[in-house]
Amino acid sequence: MATSLEVRGVSLRFGGVRALTDVSFAIREGELFSIIGPNGAGKTSIVNCISGRYKPTEGQLFYQGRDITGLTPNARASLGIGRTFQNLALFHHMSVLDNVMVGRHHLLKNNFLTGSLYWLTGARKEELEHRRKVEEIIDFLDLQSVRKATAGTLSYGLRKRVELARAMALEPRLILLDEPMAGMNFEEKEDMARYIVDLNEEFGMTVVMIEHDMGVVMDISHRVMVLDFGKKIAEGDPATVLADPHVRRAYLGEEDEVLVDPDDASHAQESAA
Amino acid sequence: MAGPALIPAGDFRTSYAADTTIFPTTTSRNFAIAGVALLCLAPQFFSGYWLSILIQIGIFSIAALGLNILVGFTGQISIGHAAFFLLGAFTSAYISNNAPIPVFFAIPLAGLVTALVGLIFGIPAARLKGLYLVIATLAAQYILLDFFSRAEWFSGGSVPASAEPFSVFGYTLRGDRQYFYVVLAYVLLSYILVTNLMRTRDGRALVAIRDHYLSAEIMGINLTKYRTLSFGLAAFFAGIAGALYAHYQLVVSQEGFGIERSILFLAMIIIGGTGSIMGTLMGTAFVVLLPESMEWISLHLKGGAIDKALSLNTNITFLREIAIGVIIIAFLMFEPDGLAHRWRQIKAYWKLYPFSH
Repeated sequence: MATSLEVRGVSLRFGGVRALTDVSFAIREGELFSIIGPNGAGKTSIVNCISGRYKPTEGQLFYQGRDITGLTPNARASLGIGRTFQNLALFHHMSVLDNVMVGRHHLLKNNFLTGSLYWLTGARKEELEHRRKVEEIIDFLDLQSVRKATAGTLSYGLRKRVELARAMALEPRLILLDEPMAGMNFEEKEDMARYIVDLNEEFGMTVVMIEHDMGVVMDISHRVMVLDFGKKIAEGDPATVLADPHVRRAYLGEEDEVLVDPDDASHAQESAA
Repeated sequence: MAGPALIPAGDFRTSYAADTTIFPTTTSRNFAIAGVALLCLAPQFFSGYWLSILIQIGIFSIAALGLNILVGFTGQISIGHAAFFLLGAFTSAYISNNAPIPVFFAIPLAGLVTALVGLIFGIPAARLKGLYLVIATLAAQYILLDFFSRAEWFSGGSVPASAEPFSVFGYTLRGDRQYFYVVLAYVLLSYILVTNLMRTRDGRALVAIRDHYLSAEIMGINLTKYRTLSFGLAAFFAGIAGALYAHYQLVVSQEGFGIERSILFLAMIIIGGTGSIMGTLMGTAFVVLLPESMEWISLHLKGGAIDKALSLNTNITFLREIAIGVIIIAFLMFEPDGLAHRWRQIKAYWKLYPFSH
């Protein structure tokens, strides 16, 4: 499979703080790739490097074979890299509909001149065509009832969904989801996981996801990368990563075998009886 | 939420086109058309004094609209707006005096020149935020004013520059009655253009930058380009308004267009509602009418106890300034969304009256 994104030896330093140290990995086209690790491991930093918020101190990024290390965030959006944020970053005073329409910025052609002359320049026609596309996304994410509501007035779970809708509106080939399920209840997580799988399978987007819920990560990702203190400590399919002793020590925690092993527990009960 | 509550029950839209109209309902559109029609009749019924007030409201509301694009929609700030207004006035006067271009074309041309200068000042300003931006625009104000006092070829220096009356293809408009229609046409055109701008791509980009510039950038919006563009647009409307003012007064002088006028423009949009197009018009009307109503009140209080205590007649000029200050503070504290928001609430109240719960 073709490579979607290649991160080659990326390091990121803020003064004396080493946020990332020589991180390299490649994401294949059409893959659902998860990044896990303890808090402060550099997960969001790597996503910020990919989306262009941070410039890596060292190393390079290649997207579809093209060096994007020096590109601005807006240029990367036009290439088809979309993302959501860990802490909500919606346009609070705009309606849900307008929020999602902003996502289509690089796909729309009208500008301040043609837009002002709305009826005369075809801007109206273009806006309506894109409105139709946006409504498809609203339909997919079940946002119909709130499309006219101001984004700032919505509940947390809905806002997360609006943010996903906005990122989807870009029609990205690669979508970066920074903790899409943080702070959600079980049902909301279930819905979100379904949406993410659909993004990947139905819309054919390559998904990079940061997530702490190991159940979801293990269930839906194709491959997982583990970061700890800014270094990559493991990468591979979920089962291999889960079994890796380094990962267990750094993030998952080592199990107390006496208490948790079901066989041992049943033996203990038998001998007691 | 006043928004959805204002849409009448049973008013369903069956196409996306019907859902993107300027006016929320047919009734509101008809009322607006009727309002414009009534305004067209205004010169028949109003005296010269009231007509001049209406013309002033019209001209300043165009400038305030430009400032609202910058402050209300893009979230930038400028305290140099009056200088751009003045630049438009001088430019239009200069063009129509020195080139064989009729005033009809000089006005939009002055708008374009002012927009160009606005873009130049916008380039450094687009990289600044908050207090630093305030100081940068303050610099713009003083640089331009200094230019006007030095460049005698352009502005006449200390002598006010004269401007020709408005003319189209050899026909010259004379007097307020005729000029009123010119201003009305410009107001309508400006407000329609800006309304359209705000419901299309670039308008949304400006508002996105205001609300969350980091995620706007991630959504593919070039921050520097749009912040600079916003300065250009603001200057364009200031220039148009200034040009209209020049050909209305027939002379242009720097008098009264210092920083206090810039702040008065800010007052207009704060009182009307930052980020509201109709609010801009309301705020401008409010600020223009305020001194007039102060005058009216003091006239009616003449001879009374209050008049004697405050000696209104001699102090009226100071009291006007104080009143504007007090009202800005009151709006910032009690109605930060301005008259536009208050108007929506009044409509919502009457819509549900008498069963408001």
